[in-house]
Amino acid sequence: MNRRNALKSMAIAVSAGAILAAGSLGAAWAANPVLKIGFVGVTSGPAAAWGTSNVRSMQTRAAWLNETGGVKIGDTTYDIQIVTFDDQKDPKRAIAGMEKMAQEGIHYVVGPNVDDGAAAVRPVAEQNGIMYFPYAFPKALYTAPASNAVLGMIASYQSGPAIYKYLKEHKGVKKIAFVAANESDPLSQRDGGVAAAKALGLDVVSDNVTYQVDTTDFTPVLTPIIKLRPDLLVLSGVAPANAPQLIRSARELGYQGLISTETAQDAKVLQEGAGELANGFISVGGASTPEIASDTMKEFVRRYVKMFGEYNDESNTKVYALEYILDTLKANPAAINDVSEFKKTMDTFSAPNPYMKGDSKLKYVGMTSFGQKRQIFVPMVVNEFKNGEFKTLFIAEVD
Amino acid sequence: MEQILANGLYLGAQYALIALGLTLIFALMNVLNFAHGQMYVLGGFVTYTVYGQLGLPYVVALGASAVTLAVVGAVIEKFLFRTVLRRSVREESTMLLAAGVAFFLDAVILLLFGEKQRGVPKIVNGVLNLDFRLIMPYDRILVGVLAILSIAAFILFMQYSKTGRAMRALAQDRVAAQLQGVNVERYSMIGFALGAMLAGLVGGLLVTITGVNLGMGGPTSIKAFMMVMIGGAGVISGAIAGGFILGMMESIGLTVLSQYGDITYLVIFASLMVFLAIRPQGLMGKPWG
Repeated sequence: MNRRNALKSMAIAVSAGAILAAGSLGAAWAANPVLKIGFVGVTSGPAAAWGTSNVRSMQTRAAWLNETGGVKIGDTTYDIQIVTFDDQKDPKRAIAGMEKMAQEGIHYVVGPNVDDGAAAVRPVAEQNGIMYFPYAFPKALYTAPASNAVLGMIASYQSGPAIYKYLKEHKGVKKIAFVAANESDPLSQRDGGVAAAKALGLDVVSDNVTYQVDTTDFTPVLTPIIKLRPDLLVLSGVAPANAPQLIRSARELGYQGLISTETAQDAKVLQEGAGELANGFISVGGASTPEIASDTMKEFVRRYVKMFGEYNDESNTKVYALEYILDTLKANPAAINDVSEFKKTMDTFSAPNPYMKGDSKLKYVGMTSFGQKRQIFVPMVVNEFKNGEFKTLFIAEVD
Repeated sequence: MEQILANGLYLGAQYALIALGLTLIFALMNVLNFAHGQMYVLGGFVTYTVYGQLGLPYVVALGASAVTLAVVGAVIEKFLFRTVLRRSVREESTMLLAAGVAFFLDAVILLLFGEKQRGVPKIVNGVLNLDFRLIMPYDRILVGVLAILSIAAFILFMQYSKTGRAMRALAQDRVAAQLQGVNVERYSMIGFALGAMLAGLVGGLLVTITGVNLGMGGPTSIKAFMMVMIGGAGVISGAIAGGFILGMMESIGLTVLSQYGDITYLVIFASLMVFLAIRPQGLMGKPWG
């Protein structure tokens, strides 16, 4: 065989191999029909950590489910495909993202991550029969006549009062101060926190200090607050990127009181950014603290680390939305293309919570806050940071 | 008052160092480097990796940040800006290229270092506390001093070295410098590398205080542009003055105006608009460019 023929034979062999490989891949894909679940949220820019932990949680769980044969809904077993859209924390792009989901025939979407984005996509979702699970707190999204949004976590106006009450009763907190980024989410969370603190009879010594969202040096921001010597400093709606710097600046300015927030945080970020100065920092977590994590949760964390190299503790609260969507569809397969069926099922839905030890249930709540069940039940796990990891301080529930 | 002045000086020193690199590149090449903030972030991540992850001495990490960014800057100048400057006379071409480089570096940083905020162990422990009148952690004092020393070293280099003199000649009159035998391409590349190196250096310094994350690049560039506009585009002493003025304004505003909400930057931007309407060339810039 001369050189030219040899090359030709090799080319034919490689081409044939490629065609066969493509065919077998296609066969693998064709094994189960695909159920697309959407994500519209922020995965770039300063708030990328919020959406990235969301997407990665969904992708980890979807890969796990697909690996074990898919999800049986009614008589059909589906592979789960996560369709993602980065809205860059821009409401206009969030709308474009939700329109893309509608064009792809997707009826269930996780996100957006912030208030204005979640509010902006509401008309698109309602017109196109999409249920969406925002991580945003405006009550109008979840209160009738709105009915397509389901709050994907505990709202600050639910966790804040519980935390302040606990700290008042157990740590003797009397004076409280708030600091927030000058953005809609943190400011609304601060206002809710101030109202809750006043309702509990706490002395609010500062509630008007804010900072630019891109601030990197918080010493000048915190100096006027620290001089007021509050017992508790609340970092309202603080982004994980800012929390360690705020804590560090406060401690270096000599502040010795308590510091808390109502948002989820990441232990490694706190440890790297503030070290032992972050000890005692109180935040809201999810289900992965050793005291309450089930074997399924531990396996989820293991798989997440395997896929993405490093776990993000924010995923403790974000692991739930996809589980709720799939389990509700399992409970009523007619909902797969009809969100009105999904809404009917929400009222009575109940399933075991795979991520927590004990007999915790997945169920929809929100009657007290919204007058209808438009919130997923997530345990309100309040954590205290200690030497590089979170310890469960107390667990509460939202009804 | 002591606290306000100390905060202002500390902020001013780091801001001035950030602005220096930007203004140097502008002076030499007439390029608005929108990727300057991303270069700062990359410098921070290099120090995070070398000092925070690999456990090597901080000085080594700082050197690694400076060298890495110098190389990145030289490569970007040689293969991107030089090509575009040669082929296009439209100024917006380099601006678009700079914006593209910023997006590209953002994506690279996300892929290499992830989305999380990163931090490193403190380089010096302890806090200077003068009866709560002046509180300043020792690491901030050290970083502030290092920033001022870096600025001084940069000025001396520009003033007395052959390379510095060549770059100053280039900045003053590109054609005249060329006629005098200055190798324009070579010194443009050195200047761009030096500007990027300063961004990397300050990123490496500040990661010990503020940490670093992917989203810091854009806002850092905006602040750097503000300082350059205050001091006068392309003027080294102007960038230093702009940095210290912005730092002091921020420190005073955040203390005096805090009771009125977050209006410090509103006031700074409004003042800047009025100032530029009166003196568009900045404090030390020349009206003719």
